Amino acid sequence: MSIEMKKNSQIFQDSNNTYYPEDELQVSSIVKELYKKNEPTELIGTNSKSFIGNKIQSAKKLSLSKLSGIIEYLPEELYIKVKANTPLELVEKELEKNNQELAFEPIDFGFIEGGKSNKGTVAGHLACNFAGSRRFKVGSIRDHILGFRGVNGKGDIIKSGGTVVKNVTGYDLSKLVTGSFGTLVALTEITLKVLPKKKLSNTIIINTDDEKLVNELFEKISSSSSEVSGAVYVAEEPKDESYDHNKEMVFKFNDLENKGSFVALRIDGDKISIDEKIKALTDELELNKLNTTILDVHQSTPFWVKINNLELFTQTKNNLLRVVIPPSQGKKLMQYLGNKYKYYIDWCGSLYWIEVQSKKNTKVGEIKNLIKELGGYLTVIKTSNEYDYEETIFTVDDTRLLISEKIKKSFDPKRIFNPGKMYRGI
Amino acid sequence: MSELVLPKINKETISKKEYIFKNLAKLINPENVLSHADEIKPYETDGLSAYTQTPLAVVMPENTEEVSNILKFCYKENIKVVPRGAGTGLSGGALPLNDAILLSLGKFNKIIEIDFENKCVVTQPGVTNLGITHAVQHKNFYYAPDPSSQIACSIGGNVAENSGGVHSLKYGTTTNNILGVEIVMMDGTICRIGGKTLDQEGYDLMGLICGSEGLLGVITEVTVKILKNPQIVKAALIGFPTIEEGGNATSEIIASGIVPAGMEIMDKILIEATDNFSKAGYPRDAELLLIVELDGTESEVDELLKQVSSICKKNNCSSLKLSKNEKERLSFWAGRKAAFPACGAMAPDYYCMDGSIPRGKLTEALLEIKRLSEKYELPVANCFHAGDGNLHPLIMFDGSDKEQLRKTEEFGAEILKACVRLGGVITGEHGVGIEKRELMCEMFNNDDIQQQLDIKSSLDEKNLLNPGKVYPILRKCAEEGRVHVHRNEEKFPDLPRF
Repeated sequence: MSIEMKKNSQIFQDSNNTYYPEDELQVSSIVKELYKKNEPTELIGTNSKSFIGNKIQSAKKLSLSKLSGIIEYLPEELYIKVKANTPLELVEKELEKNNQELAFEPIDFGFIEGGKSNKGTVAGHLACNFAGSRRFKVGSIRDHILGFRGVNGKGDIIKSGGTVVKNVTGYDLSKLVTGSFGTLVALTEITLKVLPKKKLSNTIIINTDDEKLVNELFEKISSSSSEVSGAVYVAEEPKDESYDHNKEMVFKFNDLENKGSFVALRIDGDKISIDEKIKALTDELELNKLNTTILDVHQSTPFWVKINNLELFTQTKNNLLRVVIPPSQGKKLMQYLGNKYKYYIDWCGSLYWIEVQSKKNTKVGEIKNLIKELGGYLTVIKTSNEYDYEETIFTVDDTRLLISEKIKKSFDPKRIFNPGKMYRGI
Repeated sequence: MSELVLPKINKETISKKEYIFKNLAKLINPENVLSHADEIKPYETDGLSAYTQTPLAVVMPENTEEVSNILKFCYKENIKVVPRGAGTGLSGGALPLNDAILLSLGKFNKIIEIDFENKCVVTQPGVTNLGITHAVQHKNFYYAPDPSSQIACSIGGNVAENSGGVHSLKYGTTTNNILGVEIVMMDGTICRIGGKTLDQEGYDLMGLICGSEGLLGVITEVTVKILKNPQIVKAALIGFPTIEEGGNATSEIIASGIVPAGMEIMDKILIEATDNFSKAGYPRDAELLLIVELDGTESEVDELLKQVSSICKKNNCSSLKLSKNEKERLSFWAGRKAAFPACGAMAPDYYCMDGSIPRGKLTEALLEIKRLSEKYELPVANCFHAGDGNLHPLIMFDGSDKEQLRKTEEFGAEILKACVRLGGVITGEHGVGIEKRELMCEMFNNDDIQQQLDIKSSLDEKNLLNPGKVYPILRKCAEEGRVHVHRNEEKFPDLPRF
C-alpha cells in the first residue's frame, strides 16, 4: 500500500471497506490506487436506488456521499451547478425559492423500496435517467444536463459540457454518462438546466376502461397544441390478486370516483390559460360525451406527486417492470396485459409501469419478448426475492452491447466501476 | 489563412489508387465513384470555403449496405474516409483529405416513413432539415431545430453537428429532437440506436453520436420527433439606447420566468446594415435591438408579451413594437435573417465567429469585443441568439491585406477565449471541425481531450474516419482561422446565416 493510500485509508476507509472521499482530488487518488490494484468497486451515493440493476460482487465500495452542496445557482441563467451527491431534495427546495424546478420531474424511488420518500442524490438520478410524467413534453434527465466533472476508471479527472445550452465543443459526454449506472465515471460535479416552475395545474379525470378509447385519447392529446403536460391511464387492478396498495388507497381525492380505470390529463398555466386549455380539450376530445371530473389545483398537484412517487407500487415485494414502447403499439400491449396485471401508463401512452407477481416470474421473459417485438425496451426496476437472474434486467442487442463494451473500456479499462451492474462484461 | 496542418498523407494509399477505384466500382454502381479531377472539384470544400483539399475519390453509395461495404473495404485497406452531408457546415468538418475517400450521403435523399401516430419521421440522412417540415406541415406538424441554413443543410449533417437554431432555448437542439439513428461504424458494422421510443436504455449512444462531427460513425438513417405547431406565435421588436440596458432587459426576461421561443439581439452596426439591406423598418437610433418571440395559447402569449413590454420599459427601451399579424412578425425577422449578407455588403471580407456565453455576460462580452475592435482597428458587427447565449460576432476586414488578415485571426481567437473566460464555450452551433481545433485546449485539458480520443480510438482504432478534425493534431494551442468570407463569396452565399 502506497503512503498516499495509507493516508487515504486512515481518513476515508471504514471497516466495511468503504471509502469516503471528501473532494474530487481524493476521489481521483483513491481510484488511481484501485486501478493500480485492479479492485472492482461499487459506487454509492445515499443508496436510494441501489436496488436497481444487477447485484455487484465487489470487495470495495466508494461512497461519494460527502461530495455534497450547491456550488453555483444562477436563476437568471437557468442553471444550477452542484457537487454530484447533493441531495435532490435540497436542490428542489433551493429552486422552489426562485419559482424554478427540474422540468423532467424526478421520480422518487423511496416509496417502492422503503415505503417513504427517499429522493437520493442528483448523481443517482443522472445515473438512472428515469424521468417522470412531464418527460414526453420536456425531455428526460439527459436533456437537462449541461455539463459534469468526474473521475474515470483510471483516476483521471475529466469534464465535459459547461453551463450554456448551446455547446457543440467536443463529444457530448454528459449524455453518455447519464443513464450509465455509474459504470463509466464517478461523478463529482453536475450542472443541470432549470426552468420556471409551472404556476398551477388542474387535472381532467376521464373514467373509462375502454382500451380503444384510451389509445385514441393519447393519440389526440399528443397531436393537440393544447399542451397537456401529463397523461396517464391507471388500470383497475386484477380482481383475483391482492395487493398491499391499490389505487383506491393511493388516489383518495374528492373528485376522483375510483370506480374502475381512469385517464388523467394535467393542464398547467395560470387560471385563465388553464380554463382556456380545458375548454379547447373539451372540444378536441369530445369530453362532454364521456364521464369526466376535474381535480382542482389542491387535488391536482398531490395527484401527480403520487404518480411520480410510484406510490401505487409502494413496498412491493413483486417484480416491477418499466417498459417503453412506441405509443402506437399501446393497443397490443394493453390487450396482452388485459386485466391480468396491475399497471399504469404514463408519458401519453409510451411508458408502462407493470407489476408482475413473484409467482409469475416466468412471465417477465414473455413480456420482454413482446416488448422487443413492439420496438420497445424493458427494465426490471425491482425484483422479487425469487427472481431468476437468467432473465436480464436490461434490454440490449448484440451490436449495441459490443459498442457499449468498447466505450466502457475507454473510460474504465479494468472494469473498476460497478462491474456487471448493467450487463455482464461491462 | 494560416497554414493548415492535416494528418500525414498515407503514401501507400496514393500509390494504389487505381486499385482502390477499381474495387470501389465493384462495391457500388461504378457511376457513383468519381475520381476524375473535374468530377471531384465541387467537393473540395464545404461551407468553410477558405480551405480546399482534393479528395482521393468521391463515392456516392445509395443504401446502408453499400456504405457498410465501402467502409469494410477501407478498413481492411487502411484508407481514410471523410463523410459528407450537404457540405454546408461552417467549421470545415467535411473538408476532404488527399488520401481519403469522400463519402457523400447525397443519394440518401428520401423520407422513409412519416408516422403521425408516433409523432416521428424516419428519413435518410441526405434529406434537408426543411424538407422534413415540408413533409408534415399539411397536418400542422414541424421539426423544431431550425439552423439558418435549413433550406439546404441535411438532417444527417444536423445530427453530426448537433445543429441548433433560433429556437433552441425552448425546443432544444438536434440531440433533443431525435429518437433514433442508424450508423455504420468504420469496420462496416451497422448499428441501430433508439427507434420510435422516447429515450433508450443503456449508454446513450445517440447522445454520443449527435455532435460527433463524423468521427465515430456514418449516419445512414435518422428518426426525428415532430411537433404540433403552436396555437399562436407573436413577436416584439424593441430598441434600447445602450447595450447595458438591452442586456439587462434580456436577463430580466429570463429571470422573470419567461421562456421565449426565440430571443435575438443585434448591435447598432447591424441594425443599420440590415435595415439598409432588407428595409425591415428597424429603429435606427437604437444601440441595441431585441426581438422576442413567444408561442403558446393566445391568452398565454398576450400575457407574456405584456410582461416583456413592462420589463423593457423599465429598462428604458427607446422603442417597442408588438407584431399585430403573421406578416408583421415575419418582417421583424427579415432584417435579422439578412445579418450575414448585410455584413458582406459593408466590407470585402468578414469572419463569422460562434461562441456561447452565459446570457448575463452579454454586456461584458459586447464591451470586450468593442475594446478588441479598437485594439485591432477592425470593425465588428454583433448578432446574438440571446435566448441561448450564442454569440456571432462578424469581423470585417480586407483579406487582400495580409496584415489585416493576421490581425483578424488574432482578434477572432481573442473573442473565443473571452467567451471561455466569461463561462462560455468556443462553439455554440457551428462545430469545431478544423476551424477551432487548436482552440479546444482553451476549454479542455489533456485529460479531458485524452478521454475523448480514447472513445474515438475505441470505436475507430485505426483512426480512419474523418481524421484531423475536432482534436488538435499536435495537441498544441495555436490559432487558426474562422469562417472567412471574401467579397461575399461565401460558399452557398444564398443561404441565410444567422
